[in-house]
Amino acid sequence: MSAPWWDPIAMIDQMWALPFMVNAFRAGTLAAALAGTTGWFMVARRQAFAGHTLSVVGFPGAAGAALIGAPVWAGYLGFCTATALVLTGPRGRSGSSSTPRQGTSRGDGAAVGTVQAVSLACGFLFVALYAGLLGGTTSLLFGSFLGITTGQVTFLAGVSLLVLVALALLGRPLLFATVDPDVAAARGVPVRRLDMAFLLLLALAVAGAVQVTGALLVFTLLVLPAATAQRLTCRPAAAVALSVAIAVLVVWTALTVAFYTPYPFGFWLSTLAFTGYLLAVATSRAGHLRHIRLQLHRPRS
Amino acid sequence: MFVHPFMVYALIAGTAVALAAGPAGYLLVLRGQVFTADAMSHVAFTGALAALAFGIDPRIGLAVAVLAAASVLGGLGNRGRADDVVIGGLFALVLGLGVLFLSLYSSGRSGSHGTAGVGVLFGSILGLDAQQTAITVIVVAAVLAGLALIGRPLLLATLDEAVAAARGVPVRVVGYSYLALVGLIVAQATQVVGALLVLGLLAAPGGAARRLTTRPGPAAALAAAIAVASIWIGLTASYTLPTVPPSFSITAVAATCFALAALPRPRTRKSTSPETTGTGTTETVRRAPASVPSDDQATARTRAP
Repeated sequence: MSAPWWDPIAMIDQMWALPFMVNAFRAGTLAAALAGTTGWFMVARRQAFAGHTLSVVGFPGAAGAALIGAPVWAGYLGFCTATALVLTGPRGRSGSSSTPRQGTSRGDGAAVGTVQAVSLACGFLFVALYAGLLGGTTSLLFGSFLGITTGQVTFLAGVSLLVLVALALLGRPLLFATVDPDVAAARGVPVRRLDMAFLLLLALAVAGAVQVTGALLVFTLLVLPAATAQRLTCRPAAAVALSVAIAVLVVWTALTVAFYTPYPFGFWLSTLAFTGYLLAVATSRAGHLRHIRLQLHRPRS
Repeated sequence: MFVHPFMVYALIAGTAVALAAGPAGYLLVLRGQVFTADAMSHVAFTGALAALAFGIDPRIGLAVAVLAAASVLGGLGNRGRADDVVIGGLFALVLGLGVLFLSLYSSGRSGSHGTAGVGVLFGSILGLDAQQTAITVIVVAAVLAGLALIGRPLLLATLDEAVAAARGVPVRVVGYSYLALVGLIVAQATQVVGALLVLGLLAAPGGAARRLTTRPGPAAALAAAIAVASIWIGLTASYTLPTVPPSFSITAVAATCFALAALPRPRTRKSTSPETTGTGTTETVRRAPASVPSDDQATARTRAP
């Protein structure tokens, strides 16, 4: 059945002959672009914990929607945006571990952790109440790229367009507020409102991408390509582009490998992404060492 | 309720885990390491499923995986605290491995094993037997003893690393041992409330205690009390309403406590909450030797929700 491994064109032909694989590639590409962009900001803002919580919320979203008979995307959207609002809540930035000075009193993560535990518990409750869904629990948590419909792809494309346009508009002030919130606030940038807006965009991105990767693994797409890009370059525009490129590459490779092997897509996704990250760490370490050595030699020569 | 042996075991094991999770969670919140605990709970999930996939006792897989994670997370980053991006990357990998083991396990066996993953993720407190309960109690006793042993240097290292290092506290070793203890608690709590809900027992009581008092001793006790109360109320609720899974009711009670403690209060008094100003930490530094019952004003500071 399988095309030879040295002939990628034949492999792609074979995969794309199946409509569900075409949909998987479409949805995967959109999700990768979405997660690569928002993920870079998330990593730069040091909100990985908040991002993880938002992505986990997809699970109760889907389970709750199934319980009351609403469409799944509505459940994702509703729960993710609600959580974003709760996280930015009355205490402002308490939802983020945004300060570089870690261990200080601001934002200790307890709120984020509690929200995450509650949302997962809600998801479990919904599953228990629904009772018919139990077999689907793991696919909700870990995703399945086999069942993506054209409608879902369209929805994902809409969400991507919305989020990317909003990020393009908010990008500069958001970057300013990320790099130095105090100076940004002094210059009149609405730091708090940007914080809330970014978490909402992150929630939207997660709600879109979660259908492809599942609630637990959407975080992989958010954090790993962005962290890899951050290791390789510190120029924001280049880093965002690189992060998207890595995410897309990882998703395509993972889809192809998962198609031809018996092991799950989520496993390949995270393993490939993590390998990329390790390579980036190794190269940046090597470059750093060379730099130090050059600097050590310079005064003598 | 006490007629059923499984309820008695659940109450005993749950109380034991909560007793340890409360103080440990408070320190976790104080050190800003909640995300690390989150990562560990996912490692616990992968460890248990790996053990199941290879046909070993899942508890062994749990303990090994969690202790390994503690040493890795302690080794990355400086002074036993890893960067959150590194943590995030690592646990993305770990989750992927968990998916692999889950698929290996559920495809290698008959369909009845398909729910094993759900059991690990969401716990099965009502399925504990006498032996498991005894092991849990023993492990928790060991963890509490360990916490008592490293408590004071750990607190100092948490509040001011530089001063602690200057005073000769082995900051790294203390950080490592603390993570190992947290790992043991996570491994036990995974059996009680499940890998995904461990945070409910760690972060919520600890966070609530931190918002209610700035004194470390009472805060640790308060966190333990909130955690134990969550277990008891949650189990009772699930006993009276059988459709509600105990994991949910326990987490819900703990989260309600946290929400009550975290609600913004009208600031009539001079002493503001430690979250809003930077003074909370320094205040705690001054009160760090809390074994000396110094004055009544400090107790007056402790507010009820």
